[in-house]
Parts: sequence; C-alpha cells; structure tokens
Amino acid sequence: MKHLIDIQDFSAQEIDELIKVANDIIANPKKYSEKCNGKKLATLFFEPSTRTRLSFEAAMLELGGNVLGFSESSSSSVSKGESVSDTIRVVGCYSDIIAMRHPKEGAPLVASLKSTVPIINAGDGGHNHPTQTLTDLLTISREKGRLDHMTIGLCGDLKFGRTVHSLINAMSRYPGIKFVLISPEELKIPDYVKTNVLDKLQIEYCETKDIETYLPELDILYMTRVQRERFFNEADYIRLKDYYVLTKAKLENAKKDLAILHPLPRVNEIHTDVDEDPRAKYFEQALCGKYIRMALILKMLGIK
Amino acid sequence: MNIDSIQNGYVIDHIQAGNAMVIYNALKLNELDCQVAIISNAKSHKTGKKDIIKIDKNIKLDLEKLGFLDPNVTVNIVKNSQVIEKKKLALPEKIVNVAKCKNPRCITSEERDLDQIFILTDRENGVYRCKYCESSLK
Repeated sequence: MKHLIDIQDFSAQEIDELIKVANDIIANPKKYSEKCNGKKLATLFFEPSTRTRLSFEAAMLELGGNVLGFSESSSSSVSKGESVSDTIRVVGCYSDIIAMRHPKEGAPLVASLKSTVPIINAGDGGHNHPTQTLTDLLTISREKGRLDHMTIGLCGDLKFGRTVHSLINAMSRYPGIKFVLISPEELKIPDYVKTNVLDKLQIEYCETKDIETYLPELDILYMTRVQRERFFNEADYIRLKDYYVLTKAKLENAKKDLAILHPLPRVNEIHTDVDEDPRAKYFEQALCGKYIRMALILKMLGIK
Repeated sequence: MNIDSIQNGYVIDHIQAGNAMVIYNALKLNELDCQVAIISNAKSHKTGKKDIIKIDKNIKLDLEKLGFLDPNVTVNIVKNSQVIEKKKLALPEKIVNVAKCKNPRCITSEERDLDQIFILTDRENGVYRCKYCESSLK
C-alpha cells in the first residue's frame, strides 16, 4: 500500500504524472466528478488548520466522495489519551483513505506503520508537508511551464518552515535549480537539509539575510510566515515576526515574470499592496492545492 | 599486572581509552554473575593506550549497541581458552532502543511503546538521525 509521508516517497516521474492529472482535472472537471463515489476520506487534524483541511475536503467532495474527521485534537479520542497507532487503526475501519496533520514530527510515519488504508501526511510539526509541496510544484509548473533551470528564493522562516524543507527536497531533483535562502540568523535552514540534500546533490545555493540584493535574480520568490506555534519563547517570535515585509515598492527591480508564492496564511510578510501585482500567485497557488489533492487522492486509491 | 585468561566468553579489545566504563554500563555487564575484567589504559601499538573488557561467559553480546558505542573495537570470541573468531565492528546501519530522540517535538516523546530508532545517514561523520523526525543524534 502506498502512503505519502515525505515528498521523497514519490519519484519525479510520479510527481510529473500527478501534475498531468491535476492539469487534466482543471481542464475537464466534469470527467472527474464521480470518480470517488462511495469512497470516504478521513481528515484527522490533531492540530488546527483551515486551508489544508478544507482543500482536502473540497478535493474529495469534487471527486464525488464523502469526508469525515475532526479538526482539532480536543474533539477527538486523543484528549482521552489514545495513541496515534490506535486512532489510525480505528479510523481505518471507517474510511478508505486518511489525511492527517499532527503537531509531533514523525506521527504520520507511525500511523502508516499501523494503517490498513493509505495515509497522507498533511503536515507534521516543523518536519514535512508533502501535499503543500505538490501544490507548489503544480503552481510553479503552471506559471513557468517547467520545473527545471530556475532560481528560487525562499524567504522567512527557513528553520521551522516545513514547506520550505519539502520544496527544497523536491526541486533539487530537477536540473539547473539554484536556491537563494533568505532568513534571519535564528531562522536559517537546518543543517540536515543542507548536508542531506543541497550538499549531497551538489545544488547551488547561497544563504543571506538580505532579500533586496538577490530579488532581481529570482524566477520564484517563496515567502513564508514566521510561525508563532513553533516558538517556545514568545519574545523571540515578536522580535522575528516582521523581519521581512514584501511590498510593491521592493518589487520594482524584480523580474517581470517573477512568480511570488506563499503557502498561506500570511500575516505581515507580504503587504496587501502586492496582491494586485500580476506576479502575486499565492491565491492561484491555493486553488492549485485543491486540484493536486484531487489527483493525489485518485492515485492513492488506485482510481484512473 | 596479571589478569587470568578466560575459558569461554569474549575479549573486547581496542576500546578507546576511557570508554570501557561507558560500554560496561551500556551493556549492563554489572548484571552478569561471571568474572568481568576491565583493563584501563593498556598499552597499544596503534593508539598508545586502550581499554579492554574480558567477560568469562558466553553471553548474548549486543554487537549493534557495541558497534555504535565504539566502532573501532575488536571482539575476540573465546572457546576452551582459544580465540576462535575475531569480529571487527563498524557503525551499525540502524540502532534500536539504544538512544532517545531529544527533539521535544518528535512523536517518540509522546507515543507509547514506540521503539527509538536511529538510522545511520552519514557513515563518514557517524551521523545518526531519528527515523521519525530526522533530528540528528548528538
């Protein structure tokens, strides 16, 4: 049985196939509207999330399937002390596929070891978020017409930003990729991402605190939010939360075909005056999230 | 200094000097009812000095844990006072329940009855990472 715990669970070929299916869904939505009739998706969100959960649920509903689940652990058996393994075994009795988010890193892997149905990792702490990565890849592919030969700027919280780690993992498999890693000192990319991915695959990258110097070079600018929930110390969060604020004025020297992405929700890191700029693609990105999850659900359920 | 030869058991040789007690405690050799000798700072041609542990009983030795604690040791297996096999150890590919993940956000800090598993991801630098959260073991 196939699970999606880490983006590395899928080959570049499988990702290309998912993108192809997602594009076909966008072009021919009716063709897919009854593909999952009689199937149930369980969304187990041990940690609150709006868009990821809703995009999974919208994806399954648009495929003609049904959804069940919970949106925070306080409304689940976890509040009674149930383990992840037990919860998954039980929910597997009631559903055909499970999408789970959990604050503890590695929880979806534990779930997949016990599950009788496919598990999709919808985010585990600061670790992985592979469906956001698939969303990002679909968006980049639709905006650029390719996934290779480009310079990608990743800006903000690169330490706890799981979407960043997964995106680096995925994009590093394509030729001609260069990363510009823009973050304050305290939120630099973890060493294991550098040693296990960038250095190992000899990917060109640079680390900087300065967004403006590098902005004109970028084909993609991927902004991230500084996540309050990842800090043990509120003072550190307050000090770092507005370190980068992208404004229309700052974009003056950027490429005309730059694509600005953000996994959302944003706080202050992208000023609302950027929203009307044609290079702002984060709301299109959110829509891509639904389509790629539709393609993913079909793949995991083995439905053509 | 004379230490009696052992009849049946093990001589763990080439232990990094100063590491014998770490190994003694980790392998719980204090719980054995046989003779166990710890030799500290023995002369070594290779490294100047080394530690040695002799165990006079054919116990089930946890070579995985031993290889993790000191990959450069040699384990001599002794039968009827003769060394019948010399095992060179190396860092194991995986260690199970030898060390605990220190990442407070890791699922191992919460889930009951979950084995603590670390995978060797960089043999050259001896880096192990938690199977679940990928934090490195320091």
